[in-house]
Amino acid sequence: MGTNFLDNSFFRNIYCNLSKSDDIRCSGGGWLGDGILPAGFEWLAFLITAVVMAMVLINLVLGSVLIFIWAERRLLGRFQSRSGPNRWGPYGTLTPVADAIKTMFKEDIVPTAADRWVFNAAPIVMMVPATMVLAVIPWGTGTFLADLNIGILFIIAITSLSTFAIVMAGWGSQNRYAMFGAMRAVAMLISYEIPMALSLLGVLMLAGSLSLVSVVNAQDVPFILVQPLGFLVFFIASIAEINRAPFDVAEAESELGAGYHSDYSGMKFGLFLNAEFMATILSAAVIVAVFLSGGRGWSFIPSQGWFIIKMIPVLFFIVWTRAAWPRMRIDQILTFAWKGLIILAFINVAVSAILSFVWPDPTMRELWFMVAINFGVLIVSVMAVGAWFGPQGASAPNMSHGDALPRPRPAGQPSGGDS
Amino acid sequence: MIGLGLLNGLIVTMKAAIRGPVTVQYPDRRVGLLGAARELGMSPFQFLVKRPKDAVKAAAGFATVEDKIAQGPRFRGQDFNWYEDRCTGCASCAKFCPLGIIEIVTSPSDTLKSQGEVYNIDVFDIDIGRCMFCGICVEVCPYDALHMGSGFELGTYERKDLVISVDALRTKKNTPSTWFRPQLEETAYNPHSGESRPWTEVGRHEQPTDEELNERWVDER
Amino acid sequence: MTLKSEPVIVNVGPQHPSTHGVMRLRVAFDGELVTDAEMIIGYLHRGSEKLAEERTFTQVVTLTDRMDYVAAMTNNQAYILAVEKLAGIEPTPRGVWLRMISAELQRIASHLIAIGFLMQDLGAMGTPLMYTMREREDIMDMFELMCGARITNSYHRPSGVFQDAPPELWPRLEAFLVEMPGRIDEYEQLISGNEIILSRMRGIGIISPEDMINASITGPMLRAGGVDWDIRHQQPYEYYDRVEFDRPIMDESDNYARYLVRVYEMRESLKILRQCIDQIEPGPARDPEVPFVIRPPKGDAYVPIEGPKGELGFYLVSDGGISPYRCKVRPPSLLNLTLLREMVIGLPMAAMIVTFGTVDINMGEVDR
Repeated sequence: MGTNFLDNSFFRNIYCNLSKSDDIRCSGGGWLGDGILPAGFEWLAFLITAVVMAMVLINLVLGSVLIFIWAERRLLGRFQSRSGPNRWGPYGTLTPVADAIKTMFKEDIVPTAADRWVFNAAPIVMMVPATMVLAVIPWGTGTFLADLNIGILFIIAITSLSTFAIVMAGWGSQNRYAMFGAMRAVAMLISYEIPMALSLLGVLMLAGSLSLVSVVNAQDVPFILVQPLGFLVFFIASIAEINRAPFDVAEAESELGAGYHSDYSGMKFGLFLNAEFMATILSAAVIVAVFLSGGRGWSFIPSQGWFIIKMIPVLFFIVWTRAAWPRMRIDQILTFAWKGLIILAFINVAVSAILSFVWPDPTMRELWFMVAINFGVLIVSVMAVGAWFGPQGASAPNMSHGDALPRPRPAGQPSGGDS
Repeated sequence: MIGLGLLNGLIVTMKAAIRGPVTVQYPDRRVGLLGAARELGMSPFQFLVKRPKDAVKAAAGFATVEDKIAQGPRFRGQDFNWYEDRCTGCASCAKFCPLGIIEIVTSPSDTLKSQGEVYNIDVFDIDIGRCMFCGICVEVCPYDALHMGSGFELGTYERKDLVISVDALRTKKNTPSTWFRPQLEETAYNPHSGESRPWTEVGRHEQPTDEELNERWVDER
Repeated sequence: MTLKSEPVIVNVGPQHPSTHGVMRLRVAFDGELVTDAEMIIGYLHRGSEKLAEERTFTQVVTLTDRMDYVAAMTNNQAYILAVEKLAGIEPTPRGVWLRMISAELQRIASHLIAIGFLMQDLGAMGTPLMYTMREREDIMDMFELMCGARITNSYHRPSGVFQDAPPELWPRLEAFLVEMPGRIDEYEQLISGNEIILSRMRGIGIISPEDMINASITGPMLRAGGVDWDIRHQQPYEYYDRVEFDRPIMDESDNYARYLVRVYEMRESLKILRQCIDQIEPGPARDPEVPFVIRPPKGDAYVPIEGPKGELGFYLVSDGGISPYRCKVRPPSLLNLTLLREMVIGLPMAAMIVTFGTVDINMGEVDR
C-alpha cells in the first residue's frame, strides 16, 4: 500500500483518526486521539476512509448536478426572454428535486424488441466514466481522491468509455432513431478525442507532468494565457465530448426525437441525464484545473472556493452557447474536427515545443513572452484556418458568391446585380 | 468563418437576458422582497419592520401577486350571456350555428300580442364542449338577446358539465362581450370590469315605449 | 463477393418534433444520406371542402380559419374575395383597408412562425422561436382587439369586416410598426450571419425555377428562386395597387434564400401596413345591406391571393342556393410540398429536416 494518499488533506484527517499509523504526516494523530482502530488494522482504516470520501465526493457532485440543472434552466429562460422554472420552491430551486422524484416514480419500460441485457446495462455504464473522472480532479490544495501520475491520460482514457454506453443504448433499444444517435455519437466522440488529447500536449510540455496536481502547481501564469490556442481547441472538443450544443447531434431532438435514449424512461433515463450533466460539470472542472490554475488564487478564499468560482464562468459560457447557437450537422462536425481542430492543435503543439525548447525552464518574464507569442499564433492560425474553411462553413457546396453574403434584390432588378 | 456571426448571436442573447423576461405568469407571479414591498406601496425597509413574517416569505420567493394579461373587450369566450327579456324564441341562433350545438325547445306563451310575439323558452342548451366560438349565433340574433361571454377559465371534469342549460343562462350575471355589439362599445363598456348590463341597455335599437307598441300592434290589427 | 445491404427505412412522423403537425415521411437512408422519401399525408383531413357544401356562405368563414391555422386572416380574405366576386358584392373602402391591415399583420405572424420553427429544426434551443413568438404575441393581441379571437379569427365578412376596428388598435399598431424593424434586425443579427446556420442552409435544398413553375410552387419559395411572382403585384386584389412595396427576390433558391426572403417580406409588410394606416378612410366597415344569408347567382368564381405561404385561392361554384355547390381550395402548403422528394434526395438527415422546414407548410392546410 502506497502512502501517497496521505498528501490528501481530507484523507489524512479521517485516516489518522482511525488508524495508529506511524507515518510522519500522521504524527500528531487526529483530533480524536491516537487512532481508534488497533494496530494492524490500517487496511480497514484505509478502506473506510476511501469509501467515506468517495461517498462524500460523488454525492456532492450529484447535488451540484441538481443545482446546475436549475441554474441552466433559469439561465436559458433569461436568454430566451422568459423566466424559467419559478414555481416549486423559492425561485424554482426545488424544480430539479421534483423532476428527480418524478423520474424515479415513472414506469420503467423496456421495449419488447430490445436486447434486454444491453439495454439495461447501458445507463450504468454511462455513469461509470462520469464518476471515475472525479477521482483525479484536484478540487483545491490537497483536496483530491487520488493524485495519479498519469492523471490527464486517465481522464482522456476514461471519458472515452461513455462511447460504449451510448452505442450500447443505441443498439439495445432496437430503434432506428436510437441507432442513428448512437452512430453519430460514436463518430463524433472518437473524432474529438484526438484534438482533445493533442491540445493538452502543450500543457504537458509546460508542466512537465501528467499529474493534475503538478499541472495546477505549474500554473504561475494560468495556462489559458500561455496556451490560448490549446484552450480553444480543448474547450470546443470537451463541449463535443459531453454532447452539448452546438454538438448535440447524438440526441438532436428536432431530427431524432431523443437520439440514443429515445426508448429509455424512468430512472434509466434519469441516469443518462445525470451522467450528461455530471460530465458537463466535470469537464468544467478539468478546464479549470488544466487551464485556469485550479484552486490557486488570493488566500482570503480557500482554494476549494476558488475552484468553484472559476468553474462558474465556464459553465455559464457552456449554457450561453447552448442558448445562442443552433446545432451543427454531423458531417460538418467531423469535418470541423479533422480539418480544423486537429490542425489548430498541431500548430499549438509545434509552437509549444519550440517555445519550451527555447525556454526549457521558463521564468515569470519568459512566461509572459510566451503569452504574447501564443496569442499572436492564436489569431493568425484561427484566421488562416477560418479562411481555408471559406465564408460558408465547413462543407457547403457552391461557393459561387465569394465572401459577401447574399441579400435579396428588389424585384425588377436583373439577377446578379446586387446579390 | 472565424465565428463573428456566432459572437453576434451571443450578444443578442445577452441583450435579451439583460432586458429580462416578458412572460406574463398567469395566474400569479412570484415577487421577491422588493416586488412585494412595491405591491404594498411601502419601502422595503418599512416592509421588513412592519410585517417581518411576510417579508421573510417574500425574500424566500413565496410571495405571489395576481398576473393576467388584459383581454380585449371583444374577446369571444365561454359562458354565453342571454337576456330572456329580449329573446323571442325565434331560434335563429340554433339555425345558423355552423355546428348545430344550440338546442331550443319553445312553447306558445300566453303573453298578449301587444307585449310582442314571444315564445316560452323551455330548453335552451348550448353545448360549449363543441363550440368553436365563432360568434355567428350572436351575429344573427335579430333582437340582441344572445351575447358572447368573456370567460376562459371554465374547465370542468365532465363533458356534460359543459352544456349550459337555460337555468344557468337565466341565473347568470350578464357581462356581455362587446363582440358584434357596437352599441356596447359606444358606451365605453368593458366586460372585464365585472360590471353587468341590464337587458334594456344592450340592444341595438331604442326600446319602444308602451304608446309605440300600442300604435304598432293595436292599430294594425 | 458483393456485400448485401439494404436501406434503413425510417418513418419520420406522424409523431415527430419536426414534421410541423401530423405528417409522415417514409425515408430510406443510406447511412445518414436520404436515398428516397415518400410523403404520406392525410392525417389531419377534416373534410373542410365537403363541410362547406352544407353551410351558408358566411358560415364557411369559420371553416377557413381552421385550414391554415397560423394564418387565419389570409384564409378569410381569400374566401371572402371569392364570395364577393361570386355574388357581385362591392366591399366598403374601410372594410377593404381593414382586411389588408389584418392580412399583412397575419403575414408577419406567419413568417415569424416559419422562421422560429425553422430555427427549431436547426436545433437552436428555442431561443429564436421564443423571440419570434414574443413579437407574434403583439400581433395576436391586436387581433384580439379587432375581432375577439387570437387564432381562429373569422373576422372578414362579405362586403368588409364584421365590425370596425376599435380605436385602441391604432396606437398599438403604431407602436408595433415602430418597434418591429428593430426586432427584425435583431433576428438577422442572431440568425443571418451565424456561421453554423450559413453552413447548414446555404447551397442545400436547391430546386430550379423551371421545376418550381412546373409544379406550381408559389410564394416566398418561388421568389427565393429568382422568379418575380407576387399576386399582390401581378394581379392586384383589394387595394394592393394603391400601396408601394418591393418584392424581395433571390436567385440562390436554397434554404438560406427561402429564409432570407421571408425576413425581407416582413419588412415589406411593415411598409404596406404604414401606407394602409395613412390611407385608411372613415366610413362603414361593412355594407349593412348585405344580408347574412347570401344567394349568389349561378356561376363560379376564383380569386387568388398572395397568402403568407403562396398563392391561396378558393374556387366556389354556386347553384343559386344559400351554400356553395362546390368549394375547392388551392392550398399553397400542399403544392409547395410536392417537390420535397426531389429536394431532399441525397441530403443528410439533418439537411432534410431543414429543407422541410424552409418549405413552411401547415398541415391543417395540406390536409384540410
